[in-house]
This record gives sequence, structure tokens and C-alpha cells, in this order.
Amino acid sequence: MKLNDLTWMIGGEAGFGIQSAGHIFALAAARGGLQAFGTAEYPSLIRGGHNSDVIRVADREVMVHKERLDLLLAMNKETLDLHLKEIVQGGGVVFDMDVIKPETIKIPEGVKVFAVPLKKIAIEKGKGDITRNTVGVAACFALVDYDLEILFELLREMFGRKGEQMVANNLAAAQAGYDYVRENYKDGGHAAGAPEKFEYKLQKVEDQPKRMLLTGNDALCLGALKAGCKFVAEYPMTPSSSILHFMAAHAKDYNIIVKHTEDEIAAMNMVVGAGWAGVRAMTGTSGGGFSLMVEALGFGGMCEVPLVCVNVQRPGPSTGLPTRTEQCDLQFVLHASQGEFPRIVMAPGDFEECFYLTFEAFNQAERYQTPVLILSDKHLAESVKTVEQFNTEGLKVDRGKLLSQKGLEELRTKKEYLTPDDNFMRYKFTDDGVSYRTIPGMKGGIHRSATDEHDETGDLTETEENRSRMVEKRALKLQKALVEIPAPHLIRVEREINDDKGTAGSSVLKRVPVSLKDASKADITFVTWGSPKDAVLEVMEMLEAEGVHAQMLQIVYMSPFHSKEINEILRACKLMIDVEMNSEAQLAALISEKTGFFIPHKILKYSGRQFTAHEIFDRTKEIVADLIDVKIN
Amino acid sequence: MPVELKDFNTVARPDWCPGCGDFGIQVAVKQALVNLQIEPHNVAIVAGIGCSSKLTHWVDTYGLHALHGRSLPPAVAVKFANPKLTVIADSGDGDGYGIGMGHFIHTMRRNVDMTYLVHDNMVYGLTKGQAAPTSQKGYKSPSTPFGVIEQPVNPIALALAAGATFIARGSAGDAIQLTKIIEEAIKHKGFALVDILQPCVTFNKINTYAYFMQNCYKLESDPNYDPTNFGMAMEKALQTDKIPTGIFYRADRPTYEEEDPGHTSVAAVDLDISNIDISNPMQKYL
Repeated sequence: MKLNDLTWMIGGEAGFGIQSAGHIFALAAARGGLQAFGTAEYPSLIRGGHNSDVIRVADREVMVHKERLDLLLAMNKETLDLHLKEIVQGGGVVFDMDVIKPETIKIPEGVKVFAVPLKKIAIEKGKGDITRNTVGVAACFALVDYDLEILFELLREMFGRKGEQMVANNLAAAQAGYDYVRENYKDGGHAAGAPEKFEYKLQKVEDQPKRMLLTGNDALCLGALKAGCKFVAEYPMTPSSSILHFMAAHAKDYNIIVKHTEDEIAAMNMVVGAGWAGVRAMTGTSGGGFSLMVEALGFGGMCEVPLVCVNVQRPGPSTGLPTRTEQCDLQFVLHASQGEFPRIVMAPGDFEECFYLTFEAFNQAERYQTPVLILSDKHLAESVKTVEQFNTEGLKVDRGKLLSQKGLEELRTKKEYLTPDDNFMRYKFTDDGVSYRTIPGMKGGIHRSATDEHDETGDLTETEENRSRMVEKRALKLQKALVEIPAPHLIRVEREINDDKGTAGSSVLKRVPVSLKDASKADITFVTWGSPKDAVLEVMEMLEAEGVHAQMLQIVYMSPFHSKEINEILRACKLMIDVEMNSEAQLAALISEKTGFFIPHKILKYSGRQFTAHEIFDRTKEIVADLIDVKIN
Repeated sequence: MPVELKDFNTVARPDWCPGCGDFGIQVAVKQALVNLQIEPHNVAIVAGIGCSSKLTHWVDTYGLHALHGRSLPPAVAVKFANPKLTVIADSGDGDGYGIGMGHFIHTMRRNVDMTYLVHDNMVYGLTKGQAAPTSQKGYKSPSTPFGVIEQPVNPIALALAAGATFIARGSAGDAIQLTKIIEEAIKHKGFALVDILQPCVTFNKINTYAYFMQNCYKLESDPNYDPTNFGMAMEKALQTDKIPTGIFYRADRPTYEEEDPGHTSVAAVDLDISNIDISNPMQKYL
């Protein structure tokens, strides 16, 4: 029996509840104390086309999906054509025998087949074809022996709003799908020959903390909510639109002004206006929309306005692959907009970082009075993962040098920040480049903020001396940020098993910091940023099992860039491999630019589909085959 | 203490060309604010780029001298962030009706409670005399040496079609009428457009002070003109032989802020964000 480690996929035509079925499967795992990771692949269209949702469930943290499936639920023929070959030996497939003729498909050897009349059951018991996905999910529950009560509970919650009849239909559909498999496949399934039992099982794990099942964009938005973001302007663009949707859904409860604008130009210009007026403001977009925001990004930089902009990357150039994933905008975002101005560029690598770093982004925007850019991507933004509830204790809102009316009056009595004509110097030269900030409505703080070069009061001047000092003033802020923002460090992984109860559910993959002096002890150092992080962590554990010591340097902040620390770390490491989801190795290029250090080995992917751990593992093996003493099987 | 004209004086001095229509507009803006007794720190002027937009630096209020063509989006956001402020967006015809045309139409649909002043001199000044969207057909300029081919933009008709709730045209040469119009525009609850005819004494040799004096007439001189009548307003907007000035149209409609569920009685800038409780939204993911 293979207990509590299952990769399950549902596939079918768009518009038939593929993603909601996937979500319910993952949520059912979470409710039973299991952990899950799920990711969907879908084309850029509304109805038809192939949709698939793969959910990996285990009794430990699940980092990323696998490319091989243990159980496939095929709602249509195309799913079989595309994914049958991905099923492992001993895995199984459930398909709808009402829409797929068994004689038209060729089942690979070693795959167990469970034909179920999903459509017939849905129509007869669920009172409509619409419940077909519920029948399918319940059939899978029967195969893996998972608790049907959990599915019932979720169906009641999900369809409760739509009325009692809808709930009853889905419950009946689920029961019938479950019973069908129990009755007809008592002895297991088969493609040919004698039936064999399906060995993959899921079992509830007790005494687990309640975990949330959410997307990276959900986590990011919760961070923004906690940070006091009260203004969002955005134009819809996959895969960032769910940020707009989340904030709009919470607009009333949290008093957030959410504007779906006419275009991204308006969105970014509005965010600058709101930030200037004293409200924490954010916009979200993907590469194409960000292109339109670029001029206004410089507006924020020049006028020293705090703002947060999320770029949820997708493959480019141009329209590219709208619903797929890539990390292709790093160099673009670092250099976007004419002229030189400080910007913070950060890239969360997992769901926790999406939350905590976004919270911090709003603090940094105000502390350094400049734009903060968050780089996410479709994989991180739309995948779901079980995570523990975020700990908000100790999260402190820091508004930097934003003055209150009282603070302004104190400053005025001390005659600081005033010209001889009694005008407030919003852009006063300071040691760290950051000046006190007033907002419209404050008496005694009147000033102008201009996109033209300006003097300490904000009025226009073109003198050489002022120009040079203002360029230096703005640049100083990034030096301040470099000192205050934590530098990256190496980590390795260690599995900790608290086996008191004998349950594997208490196994934790610990991330252990590695000091600079121990950097040379690892055989391999992965250098990465953003969403490949979790897959790399899993690869590190796989390598440890082979006796190969691996560590990871995750770069979270690309601007300011900790050149000194990163240089020291890389020069201490032995064999380095850069891992990125793009073709130009944009992080490696940045590292070379800033440190002069060249990372010779690269694992890059740019097919629009995220790395799996096995993919990175296999390519690592190829790279290191002749380079390290340890043999990897 | 009553608000006086000198309260709006700046240390910096305007660098507009001598005789520029912008001076008349600057005076009218200040006088309107004095007449309405609005304190300078409660005013935000948000401008684009161009000769017109330099106004921000020469009226002593909070000012955001933004990007070319983009005065409206940040101005709307300032109003949303702090509805207690008097927000004035300020543009030129190239800024507002050319590069910023998209924002112009969409902002009027929204009926945000703010005033939009467009200095309309039918030419690009700061970039040295190219044709503008409001230049007449046949207008010769460095970018159109053989004359403009397109029809000029009709901002009044566009504003009517887009749903603006206060639409007026003033003239820089008539500061008394213009002051009155700007006062009414600021008092109006909703989006107020004031298209302001002005000569460019350096580059536009056709639409001069004399031209406007000869061709303009005041809507208020017609006792039967009813600015609440949309049809009448559209008829006047489309008039070609003479140029009407004054208030074309006014309507009473709820503002965007009044209808937006994100707005509350407390201005967004005044909300306490020091320790926001997010346990409820987190619960939903369990």
C-alpha cells in the first residue's frame, strides 16, 4: 500500500468545473490534516480547450507538483490522449465511459483502469450533467479510501448558497459515484487480465494545525490588507487579475478604494496620486501592462512617492502565453523607465514570502519614499498550497518620515525644513536622502511635487549644482535600504521527524541557515529566485538522500543588491548552478554585473510550464556527472 | 482669518511669455478660491506637462506637476484618498485632448467631484508651435506645414456625450467671467470641465485676443438658454459660426465617491492602519 503520497489530476474541457473539482480535492486533503500543492494548466479561452488541474497530496509539506501521475480523472478523450502516458506503473485512471468509448483508447501496461458512467450517474442521481465533476471526485475518493464525509462537508459549504436542492443533488451524485466504484471494482481495476487493487491510499492525519489552502495571489493580497493598503488601481490582466478581484471583494469590509481603470497608464498614475496624497496604494499587472506603467513608475521615483506595484510575470514577449508561467521580466523591471531613480525590487519565492514580503513592501515604500516592485509569476500566483495561518503578531506598520499635523508644527517651530520665506522643504537634502513628507490638507506643509527636476521645495530649477545634489539625494535612499534590508544567506534542508505518535504527519522539512565559513562544505549550490525555490528545496532533499550535500542561495532583493555579501558567498561555494524560468539567465546576468562573478552552470526553462523537482534533479545529474565524486543514481 | 489673494502668491515668479493667456487663468483660479474662501492647504492642483501645467508652481497650494497627458488619473486618486480636498486638475489642449484623451472621456463617465481646467490655445506651446487637437482644419505649423488635415476635437460635445455633469467654456481674456465659471465649477458636486480659450502670443497667430473678442459670445446673454437642457447644450456645442462661452450644461447626479462601496465617511487618509485584523479573511481559506 502506498499511503498518503498521491499525485492526482483532473482533466477536461474548460467550463466543466475542472478547477473547482481540483480545488475541492485539495481542500479535502487539507481538512483531513494532509497537505497539498495544486497547479492548473489552461489555455487562453473561456469554453472548450484542454484544462487540467494537478494536485499532489501528502502527509508532509508538498513543495511542487510531479510530472508523473498516480491517479488520473479524465472527463474527456483529450485528457487521455495527453496524460495517459504520464501515469506511473501501478497508477490508475478513472474515465467517463459515457463520453469515451473504451475501445478507442490504448491503456499503457501497468495502469489500472476504472471506467465509470460519470455522465449517467450525474444525470440520474445528481439531476444534471453539471454534477459530473462531483461524481468523478467521489469515485476517486472511493479508490483511495478517503473519508467521503469530508467531501460531503465541502459540498454543503460550497453549494449552500445556491440552495438546498443544489446541495442535495451534489451529495447524491457524490454518494452514487463513490458507491459505483465500491461495487464494481471490489477486486480492483484492470486494462487486461485479472483486476488489481489500487494501492494508493489517503488517510486522515490527526492533531494537525488547521491549514489554509490558498494561492500565492491570495497570500500577497492578505499581506496588502494587513499592511493597510487602502487604494488599488488595476486593469485586468492574467495572471494578476485575481489581485484586483480579491481587493474589490474586500473593498467594503476594509474600506479600500478599488478602481478598475481604463488602462494600466491610468492605474499607475492613480497609484502615484494616491500615494502622494498619503494613502497606501498598490497596483498589480503582468508584463504587458507593466510596459504601459513604465513612464508613471518614473513619476513615482522622481516625486519620491511611496507605492507598491506587483508584476505577476507570464511568458512574453508581447502577448506571449497569457495563461502560462515564466520569470522573464527581471531585467526589464530593474531598468524600466527613463533616467535613474531608486527602486526596491523583490521576488517572493513561496506563499509565506508572498504574504510577509508584501506587508514589508508597503513599509519600505514609505520608509524610502519610492516605488517598490514585487515580482511574482503565474506559477506562484495561481497555484494552491496548504500553509499555516500567517502570524501577524509583530508585524508593525512603519510609515517612515510621514509627518502628522502635530509633528509638522513641531518641525516648524524649530525652523527646520523651512526656507527663509517660510516654505516647507519637502525635498530637503538629508544624510540618508529621505526627507520629511507632508500630505495635502496639512496646514504649513504646502509644497509642489514635480516630474521636472526640482529644488528642495519642489519648485523647478535647472542649475547644475541642484541637479547633481538631487540625483545623489535620490540615490542615497537605496544605500540606506541596502543597509536595512537583510542580505541573502545560504540554506540547506534537513528533515525533522517527530515520531512520538508514529505518524509521518509530523515530519517537517527544515530550512537550516548555512554560515559563510561552511559554504564550501556543500557539493552543489543552487542559485535561484522566485517560484523555483520550492522545487529546488525538494531537489536538495533528493540529493541529500543520494549522499550529495546541496545548498541554496535564494536572491529575494534584486534592488538594492547585496553585491558584497553575494560575492563573498559565491566565491566560497564549490559548484554553482543557476536555476531560472527564462532563457537568458537574467539573475545570473545580474550577479555578473554586480559582482563580476560568472555562474557557469545553468538550468533554464522557458516552455511556459513550471519546473518539477525531478526535472531539476535530472538536469543537475547531467551537469555534475563528471564534476563531483559522489555518484547520483 | 479670511482667505486673501496674497495667500495664493508664490515666491517663484511665472516664466510664461509676456501677454500669455495663462496669466489671466492664474488670476482667475486664485480669485475663485478667494471668493469661495478655500484655504490654500485644502487645495490640490494636479497638472500634466506643458506651459499650462506650470500653473501648479505659481498658485500656492499643494501641487502635483505630473506627466504629460496624465493630470486626471492622479487628480482622481488624490480626491479619492482625501475627499475633503478641493481638487483641480489642470491641462492644456495637447495634454488633455491629445495624449490624455482616453483619461478625459473615462474620468467624465465617473463623475468624480473635481474641477478640470483645460487651457485651450489650439497649439503646442512648450514644444514650439506644433498643431494641437483643437487646431482648426488647415492650420499650418512646423508639424503640419501643409495644413492640418483632421477635424478639430470638440471638447464640449465630447464632454456632453461622455456624461460630464458640469460643462463650461471661459476665455483667458475675460477674467471676470472666467472667475465666475471656475467658482461655479468648484462648487458643483461632480465632475466640472472648464475649457478655457486662450491665445498663444508666441506661436498662434490666428486665434488671438482679437480673434476671440470678435468670435465669442456669452451664453448668459440669451435669457432663454437653459443649461439643464441637454439638447440645447449639444446644439450650442456644435455651433460653428460663433463660439459660445459660459456654462453650457449642469446636471445633478450622484458622484463616484458617493456610490463607491470603498468610500466611507472617514477619508482614506484618515483611516487607522496601525493594526488591521485579517483573521476573518484567513478563516475563509481553512
